[in-house]
Amino acid sequence: MSRIPLRPLARILNARAKGENPDAIEAENRARRHEAMADKQRQRAEGRLLVLGLAFFCAFGVIGMRMGTLASSVPEEPRASAVGNPIIGQRSDIVDRNGRILATNLQTHSLYAHPRDMLDPANAAKELAQIFPELDEAELLKDFQSDRRFLWIRRQISPEQMQAVHDIGSPGLLFGPREMRLYPNGPVASHILGGASYGREGVASAEVIGVAGVERQFDSYLRDPANEGAPLQLSLDLTVQAAAEQVLAGGMSIMNAKGAASVLMDIHTGEIISMVSLPDFDPNNRPRVLTTGDQSDSPLFNRAVQGVYELGSVFKIFTTAQAMELGLVNANTMIDTQGPLTWGRFRIRDFRDYGPELSTTDVIVDSSNIGTARIAMQIGAERQRAFLDSLGFLEPTPLEMIEAPTGRPLLPANWSEISTMTVSYGHGLSSSPVHLAAGYASLLNGGTRVTPTLLRQTTPEQGPRVVSEAVSAASRSMLRQVVTRGTASFGEVEGYAVGGKTGTADKPRAAGGGYYDDKVISTFASIFPANDPQYVLIVTLDEPSENSGVEPRRTAGWTAVPVAAEMIRRTAPLLGLRPQVDRPEPVGVTLTSN
Amino acid sequence: MRGLFYVLTAMAVMGLAVWAYQENYKTQAAIAEVRELHGQIGAAHERISMLRAEWAYLNRPDRLVDLADLNFDRLGLLPLMPDAFGAVDQIIYPLPPILPITNPIELSYDQLKAMENDL
Repeated sequence: MSRIPLRPLARILNARAKGENPDAIEAENRARRHEAMADKQRQRAEGRLLVLGLAFFCAFGVIGMRMGTLASSVPEEPRASAVGNPIIGQRSDIVDRNGRILATNLQTHSLYAHPRDMLDPANAAKELAQIFPELDEAELLKDFQSDRRFLWIRRQISPEQMQAVHDIGSPGLLFGPREMRLYPNGPVASHILGGASYGREGVASAEVIGVAGVERQFDSYLRDPANEGAPLQLSLDLTVQAAAEQVLAGGMSIMNAKGAASVLMDIHTGEIISMVSLPDFDPNNRPRVLTTGDQSDSPLFNRAVQGVYELGSVFKIFTTAQAMELGLVNANTMIDTQGPLTWGRFRIRDFRDYGPELSTTDVIVDSSNIGTARIAMQIGAERQRAFLDSLGFLEPTPLEMIEAPTGRPLLPANWSEISTMTVSYGHGLSSSPVHLAAGYASLLNGGTRVTPTLLRQTTPEQGPRVVSEAVSAASRSMLRQVVTRGTASFGEVEGYAVGGKTGTADKPRAAGGGYYDDKVISTFASIFPANDPQYVLIVTLDEPSENSGVEPRRTAGWTAVPVAAEMIRRTAPLLGLRPQVDRPEPVGVTLTSN
Repeated sequence: MRGLFYVLTAMAVMGLAVWAYQENYKTQAAIAEVRELHGQIGAAHERISMLRAEWAYLNRPDRLVDLADLNFDRLGLLPLMPDAFGAVDQIIYPLPPILPITNPIELSYDQLKAMENDL
């Protein structure tokens, strides 16, 4: 590039010759040079601006397009990430304490129709009605010929049914995958598991939701993908539960009862090992809720948790234990049992006359209402209420079931002195068998509070102290004597040192006003082995009557106790309890020491 | 010198481009493989859960009770009762092994019979 000199000699000489100012030429050239430089710089700046603008345009364009695709595309799981397991998205299993399956899932198919795609609706309706007898051919045809676009036919079908529908060959009949909740054991533990049904339904999948029992209680846990399919482990033992149901069903039919319940609980941890309520149902095919009549007549009703009954004399042990804890009596204190005991217009009687006085132990062994009421009078209403509260009798059980809060105990409206007396022998206060099991466990395990639970525990519960060790041991001894020489003599199971208390309570009339003469709730609350308690068993029969004798016998000693004994005989070995056998001393051997 | 620098840079860019191209395809292949494996794992899970469900269904207590009843002649299975427990001293000690006979004595059949009778 040639550079133009500011003062070109030729022009300067020329200008000088003409007498002009040569500086003007320099100024003109300088201005021209500056102009050229400015032009060049402007051009360069414009180019840079253009590049920068393009870069920004591209960047914003890319961001905009990315946002557009994110907004309009279907969400997709990150495939390349290695975190977690994206496969297990289905509802978790429920297993028992040994890992045996109580509830699981099964892949089945649903059947739906696109009536507009059907070539021969009449034939399809006819064939479908043959495959599924519960479908009505005329109704199906009406639906197929209406202008509906979509129609559910069956929520879930078996592989055989699917093949049969496939063989119809109609292009308007379509299948969708469908997850089904399966309870492989049928009615075993049905009340605890509850059942499941479908929530939001789509063609490609459906939401399985729990409708009752632990399925409902732990619904969010079971559906949480973060668990990666880890099962929910309950405290139940499937084998024991099945054996208990079998024994209880047999006992219920022999004793002509209309319902029965049993609760088997670990005395130290509060785990429910088995809980039965009869009649029961199949959770795979859950019956409908009764719309009329008494809900407690429905098989869905869980007598062990929801059924609150006046449980009768089984409460006496709480009264004597509290009196011993307060130092009012000891096991040998003589109690006045002269009857009848009159309080206002109430008269308290015994089953038969037990003479003028009995020791505290014999009040329990012979089940004297009068003796218990007299002890309760010494305790007083306030202290009795507080004691029953400490055993959990005033609140619904904290069991992990959706139905548990409905089992709210019925308490005397006004805890007067007469209420104190009747509650002392189990009348006037209604509670569920689970309450009773928890109360017995708390009182007899050494005296620390136990809360019932349906979840597997690993350590014994360290609850607050309810009674002292000594009172707990004395109560156990009394209960053992009830079986060895008292009202529960049928409860003896060789090797298991059963201790327990019977309770026979007249059923209150539903319409109010007194009690039935010939309808009772008979209960046997037991622990075994009494010398080293491991388990609490409550057996309750609703309206039993043992008809082998001349007249029907309804007391718990004749009805609930034999059933409970059989249940212990069957379940204790399954629980791994060895019978305690008195070994005779070896003959002819004398133990000596030197 | 400058020219060499440009050539080297261009070659490095081309080399990196080839490497990125290959990595891209390897990644895509790996993702496809992961997807396939996930599919297989999912199918395996489904199969396992189906088999577990079937196992649980076939071992349901009601069925086992029925089977035990049906096969009582052959198996003689009874519910577990307390008398099924034994004591350790009810089990006999293992019999001492019979020592090998080193110098056998010839016995006539009659003598053998007589000895057995004595025993």
